[in-house]
Amino acid sequence: MEERQLLKVASIYFSILGFTMYKHTVKNTRYAFNDLKTLMAKATPFRSGDALANLCADRYEERVAAQMCLADLPLKTFLSEMVIPYESDEISRLIIDTHDAGSFSAIASFTVGMLRDWLLSDAATTSSIQELKYAFTPEMIAGVSKIMRNQDLVLAAQKCEVVTKFRNTIGLKGRFSSRLQPNHPTDDLKGIAASIIDGLMYASGDAVIGINPATDNPATIYDLLQMLDSFIDKFSIPTQSCVLCHLTTTMQLMQQNAPVDLVFQSIGGTEKTNKSFGINLSLINEAYQAGLALQRGTVGNNFMYFETGQGSSLSANANDAVDQQTCEVRAYAVARHFDPHLVNSVVGFIGPEYLYDGKQIIRAALEDHFCAKLLGLPMGMDICYTNHAEADQDDMDNLLLLMGVAGCNFIMGVPGADDIMLNYQSTSFHDTLYIRKVLGLKPAPEFESWLIQQEMMDDDGKQIAVSSNHPLLKYAL
Amino acid sequence: MEIQKIHIQNDPWFALRRFTQARIALGKTGVCIPVHENLQFKMAHAFARDAVYTKLDKDILVKGFGNFDLPFLLLHSRACDRKEYLQRPDWGRRLNDASVEILLKERNSVAYDICINIADGLSATAVNHHSIPLLQQLLPLINSNNFSIAPICLIEQARVAISDETGNLLKAKISMIILGERPGLSSADSLGVYLTYMPAIGNTDESRNCISNIRTEGLAYKTAAEKIVYLIKESMRLKISGIQLKDSNRLT
Repeated sequence: MEERQLLKVASIYFSILGFTMYKHTVKNTRYAFNDLKTLMAKATPFRSGDALANLCADRYEERVAAQMCLADLPLKTFLSEMVIPYESDEISRLIIDTHDAGSFSAIASFTVGMLRDWLLSDAATTSSIQELKYAFTPEMIAGVSKIMRNQDLVLAAQKCEVVTKFRNTIGLKGRFSSRLQPNHPTDDLKGIAASIIDGLMYASGDAVIGINPATDNPATIYDLLQMLDSFIDKFSIPTQSCVLCHLTTTMQLMQQNAPVDLVFQSIGGTEKTNKSFGINLSLINEAYQAGLALQRGTVGNNFMYFETGQGSSLSANANDAVDQQTCEVRAYAVARHFDPHLVNSVVGFIGPEYLYDGKQIIRAALEDHFCAKLLGLPMGMDICYTNHAEADQDDMDNLLLLMGVAGCNFIMGVPGADDIMLNYQSTSFHDTLYIRKVLGLKPAPEFESWLIQQEMMDDDGKQIAVSSNHPLLKYAL
Repeated sequence: MEIQKIHIQNDPWFALRRFTQARIALGKTGVCIPVHENLQFKMAHAFARDAVYTKLDKDILVKGFGNFDLPFLLLHSRACDRKEYLQRPDWGRRLNDASVEILLKERNSVAYDICINIADGLSATAVNHHSIPLLQQLLPLINSNNFSIAPICLIEQARVAISDETGNLLKAKISMIILGERPGLSSADSLGVYLTYMPAIGNTDESRNCISNIRTEGLAYKTAAEKIVYLIKESMRLKISGIQLKDSNRLT
């Protein structure tokens, strides 16, 4: 605390004298960055959202100068200067208050650049990275990601293994899971059930069967939860359900004894963003405590499910002049506080004003996955784009392969990649089969056993053709 | 060596297609989507890409307003064209100077209950197809509840939050905007409606209620109109809108 205050005083003193805290000289040009958040923003690989916020570097040279300056920055700086002040933002307070000074001491003398080189070295292993979970703050990890190439983000993320459990085990190395997303524009129960059958037949749904409802009507959501629960129960499917409504609606439904497995909420990385979502840390904690009491998991009890995405803070006018990627990573501090079963970024969903094209979407997804994994989150990815973005299915194929190699926990499974309720394109059930095939990955172990037992998959992970007499189909047809 | 042609088999659950427009039971070759379905997908994406660039059909809309005997105003956001609109949502949320002038002239001492805005959003196709039929269902319900309606604002290159500015300038208690949603592959013409109680510049999403997917295969005009009027009445009664105002008309 004292050190932070001292640096703050020094910072004010220097700015009065006309000095700036962060400087870098390239040939004869001296680049100066007034504060940490400016340095972070200028060092960020280009994306439309930072241009919209008027935060990005003016030229390539300024961007690389900022990256050089950032590389030389001591990690300690991130503990003394917050991008949003401790006093004015509860997420800043959460970050500082949960920081583990003990484990940090091992890297206390590192600069950001040294951390990058260490992460890529053979000295950084799955377990040594895991031990640093709370030594890392979101801003440190956002900072290091900004000076990493795409291949660095893949390699370092691949070292991580974040395993979570509810009715099955997600995130083991060699496994690749899928959220079955059977959305329907009017929440029609039969329409949703048809998509669920389709997904299960194509071996999707181990991460969760998760519906985005078309309305936030509690009665409709109650019906959806009942349907999912009785279906999972009838066929003893080792998976969990979720209806992705607002947290307050889920809390109301838990009180009415609705069969809630995973408790969902979209979150952002500033207190103001979360206010715009109608939530705060204390409300999430209240929902967490209510969920904890249900004890509906069988192999474990990770039951929170969070979605995030770059640009949400700017979209809510709540970014406090912090670049969108740094805001995103701060949301992971919120997520990890509640031991979630699943977290994913909805990377391409937000639109071209934040991530303009395939190149920007791919870069952002790699950053989100890397940063979340380093901070200890069970990260998945909604590999997706909207129809007003400059992207198409080929960009998503590229990203899917990158995510598979990087060790992403799960992706979405949407019939034919076309979500008819949310009006965007994600990944299909076929995409999950494809990535498992080309990379030799398998579903979550409990789900794999169930697929084999149902004679839908053989021991080598190959799909078996089923007849219309299959119990699941007899039930549906 | 003999090479056999691949015959794509229908999935045994093909009959489930009657329950949903979702792309289920596509079949497969190896683990991949068969060629025909793959190209159907690409064509749908082509439709959606084109829908983003359609324009409001002002002639048809204005003719439609004439049938309701309601005055209307033609307004424009600060985004000059589609390219600016896509990259600068902040400009799409605010009226240009000329439009503010128009509203200031229109503003009178009497406050209205409801300001109705109609805007292109991300699919003018949706607005061109569905806004007049929706109003046909909606306006009688609003009138039967004796709510007063401000002149209809028809706004080009606009986003949801522009309704805060129009509603505020016209002194309406509730500002409602009807606009085209982000086109999907099987729905390039889906309409959304957002309601805000006490509209003011700077309001965020938590202060709004939304009804989406209004289109032929989605939420019917009549049901949508009933939902909207239910929300208007509840909003007026409780003097709030947004997440605190649940759409709980099915709960007893």
